[in-house]
Amino acid sequence: MATTGAKLSAGGSLGVRRVRGGLSRRWLSQVMIWVVLVVGAVLMMLPLMWMVSSSFKLEQRVFQFPPQLIPDPFRPANYVDALTYKPFHIYFRNTAFLVLMNELAILLTASFCAYGFARMRFPGRDLWFAIVLSTMMVPYVVLMVPQFVIFSRLHWIDTFLPLTVPYFFGGGAFNIFLLRQFFRTIPEELADAARIDGCSEFAIYARIIMPLAKPALTTVAIFTFIGTWNDFMGPLLYLNSPQRFTVSVGLATFRSVLNTRWDLLMAASTATTLPIIIVFFMAQRYFVQGVVLSGLKG
Amino acid sequence: MTAIVRWLRKPAGRRTIVGYIFITPFMLGFLFWFLVPALTSLWLVVHDWNMIAPPEFVGLGNFRDLFTDKLFWQALKVTTAYTAIAVPLGMVLAFLLALLMNAKVRGITVFRTIYYLPSIVPAVSNAVLWAWILNSDFGLLNALLHVFGLRRVLWLQEPEWALPALILMSLWSLGGGMVIYLAGLQGIPNEFYEAAAIDGASAWAKLWHVTIPLMSPVIFFNLVMSLIGTFQIFTAGYLITNGGPQNATLFYVLYLWRNAFLYLKMGYAAALAWVLSFIIMGLTVFIFRGLGSRVYYEEVG
Repeated sequence: MATTGAKLSAGGSLGVRRVRGGLSRRWLSQVMIWVVLVVGAVLMMLPLMWMVSSSFKLEQRVFQFPPQLIPDPFRPANYVDALTYKPFHIYFRNTAFLVLMNELAILLTASFCAYGFARMRFPGRDLWFAIVLSTMMVPYVVLMVPQFVIFSRLHWIDTFLPLTVPYFFGGGAFNIFLLRQFFRTIPEELADAARIDGCSEFAIYARIIMPLAKPALTTVAIFTFIGTWNDFMGPLLYLNSPQRFTVSVGLATFRSVLNTRWDLLMAASTATTLPIIIVFFMAQRYFVQGVVLSGLKG
Repeated sequence: MTAIVRWLRKPAGRRTIVGYIFITPFMLGFLFWFLVPALTSLWLVVHDWNMIAPPEFVGLGNFRDLFTDKLFWQALKVTTAYTAIAVPLGMVLAFLLALLMNAKVRGITVFRTIYYLPSIVPAVSNAVLWAWILNSDFGLLNALLHVFGLRRVLWLQEPEWALPALILMSLWSLGGGMVIYLAGLQGIPNEFYEAAAIDGASAWAKLWHVTIPLMSPVIFFNLVMSLIGTFQIFTAGYLITNGGPQNATLFYVLYLWRNAFLYLKMGYAAALAWVLSFIIMGLTVFIFRGLGSRVYYEEVG
């Protein structure tokens, strides 16, 4: 498997391949790779299909062995039952609020800091950027307990404050890093022209860099959406009243209450996963771009 | 003093002020949410405190308690075993998939989407879904085993199967790593392979002497990041198994969580956190020393 893969990934141009393998051998290995990828893809899709399929099943049909893949009877009402059993509309609203606040916080402050790191030259900048990078390596767990102590001293427990306010301070090292990488690719000449016209650095940031950085900002916005939507530890730690729960915490409590109603649990799981899937399909190219920006160029 | 003021009036000084204004949000955040917590944690670690009664100074007592705490050792063992299997397995599989996908096959975007999608499923939905997949009576996994004529396994009830089950679950999310590898592979210039082919290199030789060296920074980055992440696994152990059966999935952070927020032993939890971060830092340094010199960084002009 590895050998064929390496070979084909290796032989980039047709000429090389023809010399080494001949047409039929190349065709054969293509088919083999394709078969392996299809089998893998089926295995990867099975859990999601199983989730959606279970979510449409009648309660008794869930407990059928071997299980049926296509639900009969088909019961969409599971979604109504699941999402009204617990006040999921409140959970969705709370999560949407957190997403909006964090988008605002991160897009504004991470880009602001990133501008300083990417486009300004001043003593101490590289030291501070090294600090940005090193905070990415520090395990969150070390900060979890003392942060909880601090937030409880501030009487912020059971409010949205611990889940939003910290993001207004630079929006996380990773986002600063990602935006800095992008800002550095924008030609300096544009900013220089603006400086000659008397623009301040703040105006250059707001009027030139930000509009040009839309692709990178979109990438950050998507990662922020997914991160906030999927976050479990934070809301679990800081939110106690059910009227403040996010979808993650709501779903987790739902499971602890109804731990055998897999039909309803799968409906709720599907419903909380769906927004992420929709965002993914709407903005697929920004995912790849984010990966390329973050993982490759140092 | 006047020298500083004079300097600040100059363009270089003004640039410095403006530069620091730009990075002020981060500097304040670093102070409030990093430095202050870190110092608080240093204070916590030498105290016995349940957040209600007055704190009691215990010196290094919290660390001494760790060594005789059987559950601490169990948590460390479970987490190390999980990391030692899940990280290499996930990385190798993700890399192989990326190699296959880079082979100019039809429908690569469809495959990439399918393999990547599971890695963005929310952690809680993922945990609830896998609790159902691993259900011993009616779950998908046992149904698949049944199709192949194998006996059913009590995935979440038998101590020896619970951890492998969660490792299997983690493999479902390998798409994130795969996409990073794929992006890296697509960045390797063809000339390298053409040159290797002219030298008569076999497919294996190309993999070992061209692909892997050129990919080593990406592999290295992925290794460090997945180690840091995997050592802190929490949600699956908390939601699916609650540490059981017989503490077989008592992950380190789950045990830390219980000490902090269930037993309210804040000092002890802080000690646990410091030990974990020393382990992770030690591993990172070890990897940098051991592999860092072998990472090939291409000269970029």
